[in-house]
Amino acid sequence: MTTATAPRTDTVAVTTSRGPRLARRSPTSSKKSLVLSIVMGLYLLYTLVPLFWLLINATKTQADLFTTFGLGPGNSFALFDNIVETLTYRDGIFVRWLGNTLLYVVVGAGGATLLATLAGYGLAKYNFRGRKAVFAVVLGAIAVPGTALAVPTFLLFSQLGLTNTPWAIIIPSLISPFGLYLIWVYATDAIPTELLEAARMDGAGEFRTFFTISIRLLTPGIVTVLLFAVVATWNNYFLPLIMLSDPQWYPLTVGLNQWNAQATGVAAQPIYNLVITGSVLSIIPIVAAFLVLQRFWQSGLSAGSVKQ
Amino acid sequence: MTTTAAPPPALRPPRRKRRSRIDDRGWLFVAPFALVFALVFLAPLAYSVYLSLFRDQLIGGNAFVGFANYVTAFGDEKFWDGFGRVGIFLVVQVPIMLILALAAALAIDSARLHAAGFYRIVIFLPYAVPAVVAVLMWGYIYGDQFGLTRNLNDLLGGQVVQPFLPEWMLLSIGNIVTWQFVGYNMLIFYSSLKTIPGELYEAASIDGAGAWRTIFSIKIPAVRGAVVIATIFSIIGSFQLFNEPNILKPLAPNVISTFFTPNMYAYNLSFAGQQYNYAATIAIIMGVITAVIAYVVQLRGSRQEAR
Repeated sequence: MTTATAPRTDTVAVTTSRGPRLARRSPTSSKKSLVLSIVMGLYLLYTLVPLFWLLINATKTQADLFTTFGLGPGNSFALFDNIVETLTYRDGIFVRWLGNTLLYVVVGAGGATLLATLAGYGLAKYNFRGRKAVFAVVLGAIAVPGTALAVPTFLLFSQLGLTNTPWAIIIPSLISPFGLYLIWVYATDAIPTELLEAARMDGAGEFRTFFTISIRLLTPGIVTVLLFAVVATWNNYFLPLIMLSDPQWYPLTVGLNQWNAQATGVAAQPIYNLVITGSVLSIIPIVAAFLVLQRFWQSGLSAGSVKQ
Repeated sequence: MTTTAAPPPALRPPRRKRRSRIDDRGWLFVAPFALVFALVFLAPLAYSVYLSLFRDQLIGGNAFVGFANYVTAFGDEKFWDGFGRVGIFLVVQVPIMLILALAAALAIDSARLHAAGFYRIVIFLPYAVPAVVAVLMWGYIYGDQFGLTRNLNDLLGGQVVQPFLPEWMLLSIGNIVTWQFVGYNMLIFYSSLKTIPGELYEAASIDGAGAWRTIFSIKIPAVRGAVVIATIFSIIGSFQLFNEPNILKPLAPNVISTFFTPNMYAYNLSFAGQQYNYAATIAIIMGVITAVIAYVVQLRGSRQEAR
């Protein structure tokens, strides 16, 4: 933000579509390079081939998986059969897992975003006692690996009777130190203190000011935090693995892994085609969310990195 | 709405640096976060320190043993075996991943790429794929039953590529982690590159600097802060390595032991062996080592920046 020396009033007008809009690029670098495109194209292949493999193999029967070429089509097109079987296998447990995942995402990631937004805003815009301590503790917490906490969290929650309930997944998901940091950085620059003072002079309460004024200025930052919180809860594996023993509460990740694990062992019942199809189904919503919201999160992220 | 609420410029005092008035209403906003944070971060942290100082014994039950668990851990070959493995992983995989990410970010930022926006979003895509799905997918691809590996070996004739051999295993895991996280790091670097002011490029081109010179003299120094942050997160991620080996385990049960990484060791100690106290000890040791290394990296990173 060192370069943004424009008067504050200008900043206010453009804050909702923030992200650095700096004049850039040397004139020499506008020529497209074919070599570079090809090299990067190779990396693109590395990124896409496994996903393509997954997609292709979701259209195969289990027999075709073993007998046909990995990146080619199977003898029959079984995608829809696979989807139906995935959704109905064992009385539709997959649908149950999908519902669980949605519950954890909506309450967990939604709550995480709300808490991070409130706290980040409070840290950025109020000079309260203990502010520095809060900030130091939260930053320190980012450096503590989740490993150190997983087992004790489980023991603590089991004493509180929370294990094997949705709360065991939701409560830990409510904390996003990264989200707090991003909103803190974002709010510092996006919300002029003068604006808040003006609102106070008009007699608006602190929360009213927050919900009517500040929250709009923070939107790109909030969308970014929400999206990353959604990814974190949607993809969460370690926490539910530890906390849940009842398959009825599994999210998709743990459930899929259990399906895979049943291919080995004494009473092995491989259902590779269902694991693959289920994987595809569990990727689609999250990828779609990223693609649809990309304008928001890309500008939110760039604002966050300015501070670094 | 954005413009009407702002006071007219003339009435404002000239850009006060910072409001110094104490305003405790900030706690209204911070309190909900702080409460949950205390429950899921501080309490477990304190509890794990407490656990690590006790031992569940057959005779005498739960007894205070001081640092005995730590002494045991420092002489525990299984722990050091896993530790060495994530150490090697860290030293090899993290640089490769970050260099790839930086190269991709520079390429996308260079304006010499056709459809740069498309590259950016596609390379980032794997980050959105759940780790479980990424690992299962790669695990199947690695497998010799219906994976691409089998197709490849058929093509080459013989068992040339065998990702599940013990000596290949770490490489196979490294590939999965790289695949998942290059895009995320690329995006961090790219966002940082976007903040370089245009005047710097103009000055460089007036001085006759070419594309490579611009990269090494302007762009790379500018993203140093982002690189430090990405390095720290990658170190934390490496030391915590769990998902990939744990999910691959059913596919390669004889190669991946229960103590393949320290995190797997702690997990198996507590959930297969009920040795909660010792598991907490292992977790704390890993936490401290990680925090120290992250701190050193940050110090070094910022010192170089100041120079």
